Order: sequence, then structure tokens, then C-alpha cells
Amino acid sequence: MVNNEPLLENKIRLETIDLSVYYGQNPGVKNVSIQVFDKQVTAFIGPSGCGKTTFLRALNRMHDLTRGAKVTGKALIDGKDIYDPKIDPVTIRRKIGMVFQKPTPFPTMSIYDNVVAGLKLVGIRDKKLLDEVCERSLRQAALWEEVKDRLKTPGGSLSGGQQQRLSIARALAVEPEVLLMDEPTSSLDPQSTNRIEELIGELKHQVTIIIVTHNMQQASRVSDNTAFFYIGNLIEYNKTTKIFTNPDQKRTEEYITGQFG
Amino acid sequence: MISLRRRYIRDNIMLTLIILNTIVILIPLFIIIVYVIAKGFDAISLDLFTKELGSPTRAMMGEPTGLVHTMLGTVVVDLIAVLIAIPFGVGAGVMLSEYPDHWANPVLRVLNDTLNGMPAVLKGLLAFTLVVKPMGTFSGLSGGVALAFVMFPIIARATESSLMNIPWSIREAGLAIGLPRWRVILSTIIPAAKVGLVTGFLIAFARAAGEAAPLVFTSFGNNYLPIKWTGWFMGPVDTLPQRLYNLAISPYEHWHDMGWAAAIVLLAVIIASFIVARFVIRDNK
Repeated sequence: MVNNEPLLENKIRLETIDLSVYYGQNPGVKNVSIQVFDKQVTAFIGPSGCGKTTFLRALNRMHDLTRGAKVTGKALIDGKDIYDPKIDPVTIRRKIGMVFQKPTPFPTMSIYDNVVAGLKLVGIRDKKLLDEVCERSLRQAALWEEVKDRLKTPGGSLSGGQQQRLSIARALAVEPEVLLMDEPTSSLDPQSTNRIEELIGELKHQVTIIIVTHNMQQASRVSDNTAFFYIGNLIEYNKTTKIFTNPDQKRTEEYITGQFG
Repeated sequence: MISLRRRYIRDNIMLTLIILNTIVILIPLFIIIVYVIAKGFDAISLDLFTKELGSPTRAMMGEPTGLVHTMLGTVVVDLIAVLIAIPFGVGAGVMLSEYPDHWANPVLRVLNDTLNGMPAVLKGLLAFTLVVKPMGTFSGLSGGVALAFVMFPIIARATESSLMNIPWSIREAGLAIGLPRWRVILSTIIPAAKVGLVTGFLIAFARAAGEAAPLVFTSFGNNYLPIKWTGWFMGPVDTLPQRLYNLAISPYEHWHDMGWAAAIVLLAVIIASFIVARFVIRDNK
């Protein structure tokens, strides 16, 4: 079903082969094979419950901690098996960062400590470096101007939208090579959303980005390639322009044009 | 649909009931405190805090006696218990809450539940077998171990439930920035659950501080201060709950009075520990 002609000439960064995710007996994602290209933005779209988040979480082994969740098939980063039992999931997650749908500031930490948590907690103590990373990440996440005078206040004291941008800044601070974004802007106001979309555009020169979104305009604005999921299946995967103007599958067209979902 | 007025009335009835219930619960507490203070107040003196008890004749001869060895002994035994029970209890709680799929988890849960339901006397016997027998003597150390058995399951349970209250998403956020699991638990989950943890320590401490039964054949009791400082750990040591019992069943009138005074001190220790911990929690928030 998947269109196999080369999407763009970039090299393959992430790849899955017949990847399925089971919750107990029920597959949440069925036999998905996809190739994600280096330094491009790939959007996952589809109606609620179609498995796009479940699939995304399989890419940095987030299901390891979910009781009863089982991943089968293959997931590769740079050709190496993400689920190789000899590989520490921590090294995978340092490479493949993630931003969640809901803001998750660490409750007891200040704004500053939240941003640099990924560095400080693995033993990086260089104050100057941490300061730099903190400012750079907060600027990227469009939060710096609002919080620069109160970096020592608790992260939990920020508004919901600010907390989400804080979570994004925290994910950026560790400079992941691949960034998984699960509806990162669903709790943001239009202006912050705009800023995050700009950020995605800036980041893609260094980082490979996969973004799950319910916002069709967002997918078309930010992504190079788009994958459409439906009931746990990957229905169609192609260049974003192709998906949004002339999809091969009828279901894709129906979803894009708002006939269901 | 109930009218707005009737909803207000129901609201007020419920509020009144809740206030009444609170009062009903507070009355016995109030009675205990007032009664103990009234009975023991006259026996409170400087000697109580500076002199050892000695033999019954000492008081009959009019010599000053007190419970300083009991108070210090309580501090020593409770401190040993806390130092043992907190690391093990928190460790067990973390295991129960954070590693539900680990093979050791169900084993630990059964052990913890067993220990929790075990009568305190048996915990004393356990400490007797583990510490007193090998050492060949009753000791403050063995008393501490016995009380640690009392505290351990309470701390483990409290730790487990307060860690479970922290949303799962926080753990995932920690993992997603490439932190190892133990680091996420240590630096984000435990600090977030601190209030619950400290409350657990307190309940465990208050419970253990009032136990006499496990100490009867471990710290054993003593009428005198130890001759050397090592005696606090290696020799028989007096503790408030056990002394209270011994004074109460003694045939001497003046020892009965002293028992009430000991009860005041014990109550004060427990209440003070709660107040101190409340402040600690508040400052950290």
C-alpha cells in the first residue's frame, strides 16, 4: 500500500520494518514499515486512536515502561536495531528526544533546572555551559523573554502554554539528533504555535523531526513528508505536497478533506 | 432537579456533620492529653530530666531520682531504628512503586504485608534471634533493630503510595531527555513526593516510639545510666514506653506518679516531632 518511490534523496535515518505494538492481545499499530529521512520533517496524521502516538512512542522505546505493551518487528536508527537487547535504551533516548502532548515540568525544579536537567543530572557541572544551553534552548522555544528574569522560580508556576514551551526547551537542551513531537502545540496559543513551527523549520537543518499533529494546516506548513495512519495501519506515506494535493488512497483524501476523523 | 435552596441546605447539613465528626474524633485525644498532664504535672521536676532512676529504695530514702537515662535511651534506640528503617523502607517503597514488573516485586510485597500484620512482640523476637542471641546481650542496638521492623513496612507503604501519586508522564519526560531510570526516580520523582515521604516517616516514628512490646527482650530496660558510652549500644537500655509500663505496674506510689510524668514526656516527644516535620515540609514547599 505504501508508495515506495524515493521521497527525497536524503539518507534514511529511522526505519521500521513490520513494526507492531500490542497492548495485551490488541494491536495498537499493525505492521508499519516506514523510512524517515535525515534532516527532514515528517508528519504523522490521522484520526484520534489511529495509532500514530503509539507508533511514535515505539521509536524511542517509551513502551518499555508500559505494562503489557509489546513491540514486534524491527525499528532501526542508522541501520542499528533500536530494540537490540544489548543496547541500553538510555543511549537510544539520548539520540531520540521526545516532546509530549501535555506539559511535564519536573515539579520540584526551577525553570533553569528544568531546562538543563538532561545535562545537569548526568553530571555536567560547568556553570557557563549550562547557562548558555539554558538561554539558547529557552530562546528556541520562544520562552526566554518571558522568563529570563525569574529563572529560579519553580517551573510549575508557569502557565500551561509556558510549561509546554519549557518542556520543549528541556528536550532541545540535550541536542537530540532525532526529535519526536507528539502534538506539541495542542495546548499553545496561536502565537506560540507559530513560534514552535518556525523553530521546527530552523531545527530541521540539524535535527530529524517527526511530528504527530491533528492540525492539517500545521502538517502541510511544517513537514516535508506526511504519513497518514488509520486504525493502526499506515495507509499512505509520501511527500507532503503530494499527500495534500493528490493522495493515492481514497481514505487519505477523505480525511484530508474533512469527510471523517 | 433539586432547587438551589435545597442544595444549599444539604450543603450546610453535610458541613455540620463533618465538623461534628471532627469534634468527636478530637474529644478522646483532648481527654488523653488533659488527663495525662493533670496526673503527671506534679511529678515533673528538674530531677526528672537530670537524674537516673536507680533502685526503688533510692527514692524512699529521699534521694533525687529521674528518668534521664530513659529519655536518652529512647533517643538512642529510636535513632538507630530510624537510621535503619528509612533507607530500607524507602528502597522497598521505590521497588514496589517503580518496578512493578521486577521478579522481586511480588516477593517484597508479601514480605512487607507479612511484616506489617505481624504483632509487635514477634518483631521483638525476630530482633532477639537476629541480634541479641549472636551478641550474647540485651542492647540498645537490638532495640533499634526491633523498632526498625515496626517502622519498615509503614515507611515502605507510605513511600509506595506517595510515589504512585506522581503522574506517570513525569517519569516519561525524564526518560525522554535521556536520563537513566534510577536518576529520574532519585531527582524528579522522590523530590516531588517528599511531603508524602516525610509524613510516612513521621507516622512510622510515632508508631514505633510508643511501642513497648518489642523492646522487652531486646533493649530490655535499665534503671541506670550506662557506665561507658558504648553501653548505649552494646548494653541494656531504658526506653520511655517500656519504663512507663514498668513504673505503672510497680508497687510504689511515687513510681506511679513518675509514670505519668514519663507519659507527658512521651506525648510531648511525639507531638513535637509532628510539629517539627510540619515546618520542614512547609519550608521545602
